[in-house]
Amino acid sequence: MTVKRPDMVFRFLSLVVFLGPSLVAAEPVKVDFVRDIRPILHRHCVGCHGPRRQEARLRLDARVATRRGGISGPILDRDPDRSLLMARLEGRNGLRRMPLERPALTERELMLIRRWVRAGAPWPDGIGPREAPLSRHWAYQPPRRPPVPRVPGASHSPVDSFLDVRIREAGLVPALLADRRTLIRRVWLDLLGVPPTLGDVDRFLADREPGAWERLVDRLLASPRYGERWASPWLDAARYADSNGYQRDGRREAWAWRDWVIDAINADLPFDRFTIEQLAGDLLPGATVENRIATGFHRSTMANVEAGTDAEEERVLAVFDRVNTTGVVWLGTTLECAQCHHHKYDPISQREYYQLFAFFNNTQSEIETIGTRRELTGPKVELPRPQEFITRHRKLLRRVKQLERQQAALSRKLKQQQSEWEQEVRTDPTSVRAPKWVARLLQRPSGKWTAAEKKRVREYHQKQSKAWTRLKKSLTQARVERDRLAPRTTLVMSERKKPRITRRLVRGDFLDPAEVLLAATPAVLPPLPVTDSPSRLDLARWLVDSRNPLVARVVVNRQWAFLFGRGLVESLDDFGTRGAPPSHPRLLDWLATELVRLEWSRKRLHRLLVTSLAYQRRSVTSASHRQVDPDNRLYARVSRRRLSAELIRDNCLAIAGLLSDKMGGPPVFPVQPAGVWNHIGVASNLWRTSQNEDLYRRGVYVYWRRTVPYPSFVNFDAPSREVCSVFRSPSNTPLQALTLLNDPVFVEAAGALAARGLDEVSTTAEPLERLQLLFGLAASRRPTKDEAAVLVDRYRYERARLASSPKQVEQLVKQGHPRGTQRTAEQNIELAAWLHVANVILNLDEVITRE
Amino acid sequence: MKSFDDQQRMARRTFLEGSGLGALALASVLDQDGLQADALSPRKSHGVPRARRLIYLHMVGAPSQLDLFDEKPVLREHDGRECPAELIEGQRFAFLKARPRLMGSPFAFRKYGDAGITLSELLPHTGQLADELALIRTVQTEEFNHGPAQVFMQTGFGRQGRPSLGSWVTYGLGSAAVDLPAFVVLVTGLTPGGGSSLWGNGFLPSVYQGVRFRAKGDPVLFASNPAGIDRGARGRIVSDVVRLNRLRSRVSRDPEIETRIANYELAFRMQASVPELMDISNEPRHVLEMYGISPGQPGFASNCLLARRLVEKGVRMVQLFDQGWDHHGNIRKRLPEKCRQVDRPIAALLRDLRQRGLLDETLVVFGGEFGRTPMLQGQVGTAAGRDHHKDAFSVWLAGGGVRGGQVIGQTDELGYFPVEDPVDIHDLHATILHLLGLDHQRLTYRFQGRDYRLTDVGGTLVSQLLT
Repeated sequence: MTVKRPDMVFRFLSLVVFLGPSLVAAEPVKVDFVRDIRPILHRHCVGCHGPRRQEARLRLDARVATRRGGISGPILDRDPDRSLLMARLEGRNGLRRMPLERPALTERELMLIRRWVRAGAPWPDGIGPREAPLSRHWAYQPPRRPPVPRVPGASHSPVDSFLDVRIREAGLVPALLADRRTLIRRVWLDLLGVPPTLGDVDRFLADREPGAWERLVDRLLASPRYGERWASPWLDAARYADSNGYQRDGRREAWAWRDWVIDAINADLPFDRFTIEQLAGDLLPGATVENRIATGFHRSTMANVEAGTDAEEERVLAVFDRVNTTGVVWLGTTLECAQCHHHKYDPISQREYYQLFAFFNNTQSEIETIGTRRELTGPKVELPRPQEFITRHRKLLRRVKQLERQQAALSRKLKQQQSEWEQEVRTDPTSVRAPKWVARLLQRPSGKWTAAEKKRVREYHQKQSKAWTRLKKSLTQARVERDRLAPRTTLVMSERKKPRITRRLVRGDFLDPAEVLLAATPAVLPPLPVTDSPSRLDLARWLVDSRNPLVARVVVNRQWAFLFGRGLVESLDDFGTRGAPPSHPRLLDWLATELVRLEWSRKRLHRLLVTSLAYQRRSVTSASHRQVDPDNRLYARVSRRRLSAELIRDNCLAIAGLLSDKMGGPPVFPVQPAGVWNHIGVASNLWRTSQNEDLYRRGVYVYWRRTVPYPSFVNFDAPSREVCSVFRSPSNTPLQALTLLNDPVFVEAAGALAARGLDEVSTTAEPLERLQLLFGLAASRRPTKDEAAVLVDRYRYERARLASSPKQVEQLVKQGHPRGTQRTAEQNIELAAWLHVANVILNLDEVITRE
Repeated sequence: MKSFDDQQRMARRTFLEGSGLGALALASVLDQDGLQADALSPRKSHGVPRARRLIYLHMVGAPSQLDLFDEKPVLREHDGRECPAELIEGQRFAFLKARPRLMGSPFAFRKYGDAGITLSELLPHTGQLADELALIRTVQTEEFNHGPAQVFMQTGFGRQGRPSLGSWVTYGLGSAAVDLPAFVVLVTGLTPGGGSSLWGNGFLPSVYQGVRFRAKGDPVLFASNPAGIDRGARGRIVSDVVRLNRLRSRVSRDPEIETRIANYELAFRMQASVPELMDISNEPRHVLEMYGISPGQPGFASNCLLARRLVEKGVRMVQLFDQGWDHHGNIRKRLPEKCRQVDRPIAALLRDLRQRGLLDETLVVFGGEFGRTPMLQGQVGTAAGRDHHKDAFSVWLAGGGVRGGQVIGQTDELGYFPVEDPVDIHDLHATILHLLGLDHQRLTYRFQGRDYRLTDVGGTLVSQLLT
């Protein structure tokens, strides 16, 4: 039991600082490193500060490492009294004496080291290891491209060769390939996030030529839906949202960045370039507006604009978030521990954290006090728009000003007339037909009116003037039009002219700055080529340099996880010593080097992965698979996976034929239950439901309020986007059942799907035929006999029942197909009955799952 | 006589037979092939359970133990003085340069109950139930930022991804609730920084995750059927979904489908039971008054009442979170405000459970994710607050199997470190599980080739706490 005596604490209050011996009798000895110093270091130090362990990230067995120092910085100084090494060995300055809990160095040993330090710590060439990596952890060693293993039998792609070796070792046989219907639905949902149409399915089934699969994949990779689907995980990582977060959580305009991401993914902007533009597009030589828009990545931090927040504290928090997000997204490393102290498990010191911090520390202020309120401001760019808009906008600005002047003049004029009018009402209320409350009020002397009463009377009087009403209407119109044509903006990064000085913050406290630090990258990773005041651009280039051992691994691992359900390194956000070790290290390294060889092309990487046999196997499990590898860690089969939140809605709208393919623009507001936005504070809680097509846009365009994201998304595990997240956990809850059953969006989709069944199949058709259409649209396959029986029974039962429930029919038609064509009463009963069936179908596990 | 769980199992069967779900649905709940079939059926515990359910009151942000539970006269004497070097040296803030100053509690303490437990004047109502409480003053955690510390407190691990306490408990004991989730979460204020991982299932099957009920509006979003679909029609639709999913499950053998089937059945039952449960208007006025509930004002007080209603229905774990305890500044003003919001409802909850004979089999736990420093943060004076402190803080337990009216553990004169009986989070978890009849070393789940448990490799029973 760790017990400290209560009195101990106070003993130390009076403790006198112990000063070590400051002088040792001088001895005219010439110190020889190999003869005198190295043995001392090896005897006392290298056990903890050597090749096996690097306590405090310090190694004393190699010249380069010894000169570099450890987490507390350099340890050598020509003045031994200022050398940390000496201070530690002597236990000076309140530091704990080294070696810890072991006998101190002898006087003579100390004297020798002292002399050596004073002489500039000479260390001859060829003594000790030349390089001294700070860590032997696998993730910090550069990936080496392993030879592709030879596997008996025809392996399809190198991916399969790597996997098959392990599958065979486990005594398993890989599952057969899935049937074509399953495959086409799988790859559509994975690559595009929407299901294939019946025509797409038929075309693929009919293509019996070799290469049909590859042709299908290439077609999908060229679809604009691809960018919309793959943007979502990137938006999660970038913690992109349309609101500021925190308690106030007001709106912000940043969607142009989201559109930039979709376009960049569709254009297959190579990941290295994708990185550089987002982290430092503003610093590129000749940066375009598009390059600047890309930097919205790091403006997606939350912003606390509550009264009483400290501007500097908020700024520091945003920079922390930028450092930490960069760490997770590109380095697969959780850095935030090092905000306050040296990373407990990974070789990142607190100093190194703040050296990274320095790269992001030069941005302009982002929150300002405007009047009494604090607002998110900071650098923005105006989005490009046609000249015609600009001209019209200028005209409207002038017109609004002009109207405002006119209004002011008229207001003055009316004010002069008001007393006369008041007198008139007082003397003869009927002559001016004033309402009772005016007449009553005017009985009292105007000096006794409250401010509100004064205002009411003034406004009433103004309203009696036709000119006033006309003017007011014109002004409102002009203002609306002006705002509509106002330039749209988006948040961007931009450097201050005068650089900020970065200091280490003790325990991460912005009020407690310590020593000044310059921008630099962690020692455990390859050095930054630029050493003289490197910029954010240099950092971005360094991150995607092929020498960075982490980035390619981290990137392929995430893409692997999106397609195969789990990362080769399971901890997608932690490649450090506490993260999971890779399940297939050689495959991971092969893919990492392959990504570089494929010039960082996301599309080519996806093509490589989905054309592997491993991707095309059946998801149905055999007993031996379940027994030997219940969690499918060997990838001998494909794991079924529930669709992600946005895709569940996209998929359902697509099946119902409602999904819009309109791309880009400001976020949309699909139907949401009332009262979901009921946040305290000044931010508007108004959810202005979109109109027409915008009700059915893809989920990636739905307005994202951080404290209250779209409810059905929340129920299906969408993150709040308050901070970076690279993986969504797939939960399975009763709330999901309720969402799919009752959320008006899904009820409407059921109605629309039912309507397709009526409209797209001949009126004389048998119920089974209609059912096959509905079921085929949803599952890309025909229902089995048993399945069809259940659903046709459902139709028949409800059809008979609803014939005598006109009220229910009316309600269902209204909600289920609000904008539908006019139908006869009989047809409406049909529609209502099929809505029940469609509601069942859209709730099937298979329909929200990628098999 | 039948045990409580057996009765619930019978009720479950009877309910399903009587519901519109039909024979197929019934089969799925009762006797499909083994484990997955009824992941939530009540199960035998390892040992003799002293409590059958758990209400966990988590004060998000970490209340100050030094102003509520752990009086330190010496700290008060040294109010405003610099902190002893010894406390800073070698600790997590070994890099602290400026020496912070100490802060004595500005609040008075009194002895409460027959046992004479010393508590703050800010907790007069809880104080009246002092004889029910076992107060641990020496709880320690490893994390000192909110998110990780909350996750550590609720999952036994400082990073997101492990199963939460409530998930382990429902995994171990199943559900005794027929028509409600086994594990219900009620949040007052914003979602805590640890996010939904605080009630997540981690690597356990997802049936064990907590279900969050909304305090305002529709308690559970989308619980109401659309106009035109009545309960009968909804029952038929759900029944079809279940049947078709079952057909699919036979082909693909994916346990997730079984979970989804169970969730559709539960969702259907919840549509009836949740609105009824959340409607507290039928509670007698004196009960509402005891909790301090103003009608139509959802908040911590009504959540306490709901907690009682939930455990009455057999819900295994009710997790309450209350936001707003992170008093880095202005502790003199803000702490009393928070205490006024929770003190009375918590006392009412204990009393209400006791009156109904439920306290004997319900374990109630109160605590934050860590404590607060004896050193002040900010300026000396009224604006001062306290920083995060992980080395010693207070948690109390009451109810089933807990020997009330005692204090466990002693901290040093400044309340900085334990000097006697330190209790870490794993110890706390082991004890909670023990009270629920679960052996923390046997409650395991195999994941990534390793048998995981809530208590990792630690966990020593705080035996002093037990009756």
